[in-house]
Amino acid sequence: MAEPVLEVDDLHVEFRTEEGTVKAVDGIGYRIAKGEVLAILGESGSGKTVHARAIMRILDSPPAHITAGQAKLHEVDVLALDEADMRAVRGAKIAMLFQDPHSALDPVFTIGGQLVELLRTRRGFSKHEAKTMSTELLSRVGIASPEERMKAHPHELSGGIAQRVMVAMAIALEPEVLLADEPTSSLDVTVQAQVLDLLGSVVAENDMAMVLITHNLAVAVGLADRIAVMYAGRMAELGPAKDVYASPIHPYTAGLLRAIPDIDVREERLPGIKGTPPNMLRLPSGCPFHPRCPLADEHCVEEMPPFEEVVPGRWTACWHWTEVTR
Amino acid sequence: MSRRYLVRRLLLLIPVLLGVMLLVFSMVFLSPGDPITRLAGNKPLPASTVASIKASYHLDQPFVVQFLYYLKGVTHGDFGQTFTGRSVSDIVRERFPVTLRLAAGAFAVEIVLGLTLAIVAAMKRRTWIDSTILVTTLILWTIPTLVLAFVLQYIFGIKLHWFPVAGVTDGWMSYVLPCLTIGVLSAASLGRLGRSAILDNMTGEHIRAANARGLPRRRVIGRHVLKNSLVPIVTIFGLDLAYLMAGAVLTETIFNLPGLGNALVVGIRTQNGPLVVGLVMLSSIFIVFSILVVDLMCARIDPRISYE
Amino acid sequence: MSRPTSTVEGAAGLVDEVEQPTATLWSDVWRKLKKDNQFRVAVVMIAIFMGMAIAPQLFFTKGLDPAQCHLEDTLQSPSRAHWFGTDLLGCDYYTRVVYGTRTSMEVGLIVASATMVIALTLGGAAGYFGGATDMTISRIADIFFCVPTLLGSILLLSLFNTGGVAIVALVLVFFGWPDMTRLVRSTVISGKRRGYVRSAETLGASGNRVLRRHVLPNGIAPVLVFTAYIVGGAVAGEASLTFLGVGLRLPAISWGLQIQIAQTRFSAAPYLLFFPSLFLCLFIGAFVLLGESIRDALDVKLADG
Repeated sequence: MAEPVLEVDDLHVEFRTEEGTVKAVDGIGYRIAKGEVLAILGESGSGKTVHARAIMRILDSPPAHITAGQAKLHEVDVLALDEADMRAVRGAKIAMLFQDPHSALDPVFTIGGQLVELLRTRRGFSKHEAKTMSTELLSRVGIASPEERMKAHPHELSGGIAQRVMVAMAIALEPEVLLADEPTSSLDVTVQAQVLDLLGSVVAENDMAMVLITHNLAVAVGLADRIAVMYAGRMAELGPAKDVYASPIHPYTAGLLRAIPDIDVREERLPGIKGTPPNMLRLPSGCPFHPRCPLADEHCVEEMPPFEEVVPGRWTACWHWTEVTR
Repeated sequence: MSRRYLVRRLLLLIPVLLGVMLLVFSMVFLSPGDPITRLAGNKPLPASTVASIKASYHLDQPFVVQFLYYLKGVTHGDFGQTFTGRSVSDIVRERFPVTLRLAAGAFAVEIVLGLTLAIVAAMKRRTWIDSTILVTTLILWTIPTLVLAFVLQYIFGIKLHWFPVAGVTDGWMSYVLPCLTIGVLSAASLGRLGRSAILDNMTGEHIRAANARGLPRRRVIGRHVLKNSLVPIVTIFGLDLAYLMAGAVLTETIFNLPGLGNALVVGIRTQNGPLVVGLVMLSSIFIVFSILVVDLMCARIDPRISYE
Repeated sequence: MSRPTSTVEGAAGLVDEVEQPTATLWSDVWRKLKKDNQFRVAVVMIAIFMGMAIAPQLFFTKGLDPAQCHLEDTLQSPSRAHWFGTDLLGCDYYTRVVYGTRTSMEVGLIVASATMVIALTLGGAAGYFGGATDMTISRIADIFFCVPTLLGSILLLSLFNTGGVAIVALVLVFFGWPDMTRLVRSTVISGKRRGYVRSAETLGASGNRVLRRHVLPNGIAPVLVFTAYIVGGAVAGEASLTFLGVGLRLPAISWGLQIQIAQTRFSAAPYLLFFPSLFLCLFIGAFVLLGESIRDALDVKLADG
């Protein structure tokens, strides 16, 4: 690929709790270039959100600890920066979108106030300049009558509008990378599409790199150039979106794809992935997916498959990737 | 805050205020037995006094009428006549400044000490500073005002001679120990509750989002965390008021300050019923209004409260 | 806003508000409590005070007897013979202070149980049934709430010249009930929003039954904590009222009374004030510790700790 904007390498994040230590992120890595959308797909507990917060360094520590790895923004490892430098990076170079806009926005301040605050403290604009810019930003994300909306408090806004406001705040400082953590999961289905479109155009206009974290396959396929699938803190598969969708090379991905009901086919039961999500405190030996995997054998129980590039541009962590069918 | 909320809240004031006054009034005049003996205790009263009580409280009328006359009096600032011939309002006017100074001092101690403890403990959580503050405030919390007053009086007044133990003759120095008594105890509770309010807020998603935007730490804490924590803190102040009054009664008695609390106790000792009733009525009315002010302030701070 | 819990998702701030208390909640809490030092200390202290209240004689060594008063022994400082010294009438002070425990324990228990009954009934009804029931109960609670407990109690007690533990206790309840009632009400309301109430209702349980068997048991946690604090508050209240002259009167034995009598001899014989005050603080402290330890044990389980 062209020179990557963000390069994550062998990231490990642990949570030390009373009940034991959990490896929420167990050695993942990827690269993302300007203008590219990488979707990270996984269920809750897969480590996808944790990894994003680790990169932004906003995890509560304790109990979370980044035990190894690098996250290089161009050539600078943000995980190694001191707090002051990291604060300069946040928002301005790497920005984050949160799942629930009503929790992420401060309820006691107006949205205009929060936008203006951001522009004034980070860019030194005057109050007047900041206000004008804020109104422009709100227009850019498709909010009608922005001057009125500026005076509103978050709880007065619908989910869709509130999330657009969050997008406005995320792009306000013109970052290079956007980590979008389940940006549409708490929205109505009809609104989801609109917000996703907005994200798509914002990313294209500003030539940003976006890491789109989601548990929804349709969302991933709709917007992403490449898809990464995470399971139990590790990466299962990574590749171009179309290829991953058409011919997955990891049984977990295949299971996810099979679970999508086909509107043309009548089925008695929805095929799910058998078994239950892994207990992160007591992971199975070898490949963590083996208890639920139709292709598992002794090798899978004994040895953890490495995550490697088995075909140019396509990575997987499975001993039997060649046998995977949709 | 929305107009509707303001109006609704003010309208709510009226039944509550009436209800409170009715409650206090009923305690004296509705219970079985003769209200005069209740007011006067065992003291024998001259016939003229008995007659004047009957007249001023309209005791020959049905209860509802009695209450309405009383209400009418209150709106004119008349809380009745005491057995010593003075009106309750006169006594209040005379003694009010002392209690006001005591209250102001205690409040100042509470705010300064309490907020500092809350903020420091929250910011330094999991360190020994936090644990020390938690333990100290817990110990203070268990000490009743009654005991602390004597402890301070003994250590700083009698033994160390730093502050006077009685009377108001030494200017502001006379107020130090009593204000500390009340203030330190409410600071302990404000410290604890404030700390948990701040901690709850510090771990909220909106704070994480504010950090993710790269806002300076000072701003995140000084503005976002603080304003969000303000509602529970302001509420605590409002509720503390009742505690303040009880504290005033005890400290004024122990430190011999000529304030309203002291007047109440004197009223009991001399079996001066109307004085006691008047003071309790006044305090309750004051609390009703304070709660209103607190509610309105909270609605102003957090617009979600008044949102329909 | 949820506090980080010990789970992975909670620590990353991912946990949503809805926490479903499970059947194992109480056994987990009990396990935690047993290990907690605060709890152990509190239980030991309360046990000792209970002993002093029920059978004070157990705490008297040979020779100490509250009835044995010799005027010539008046106002002796603490010594080997009289651990807490002697009081005005030459009675052994230690025994009298120990005897005072009974009064406080009675007041505390009466206030706590009466308040709990009222709060659970009224608060539960207001929270669960909502509507007119809620409005009426809440308004009445608001009205009582505006009369400060100490002042209202002073008024009521001074008007009715009888003393007696039960009366003082009930007067304290008369003004103190709104606080816990509100707590129960809001616990019930937030409990209603959780799944288990709706499930029970869908299965056909009647309102009362749901209230009694589902909502209340799950909401009882903060109530227990509050009850512990109420005992402390009631005892302090009784002591203050008695001190001011409107609570218990002689020949009752109460720490408040002892403090009142000691007041005039403060500088000459400070021990007269010290010992009942100490017992008072320790008594209140034991219950506050109990409340705190229960709260800590529940804190992690309920995300709104």
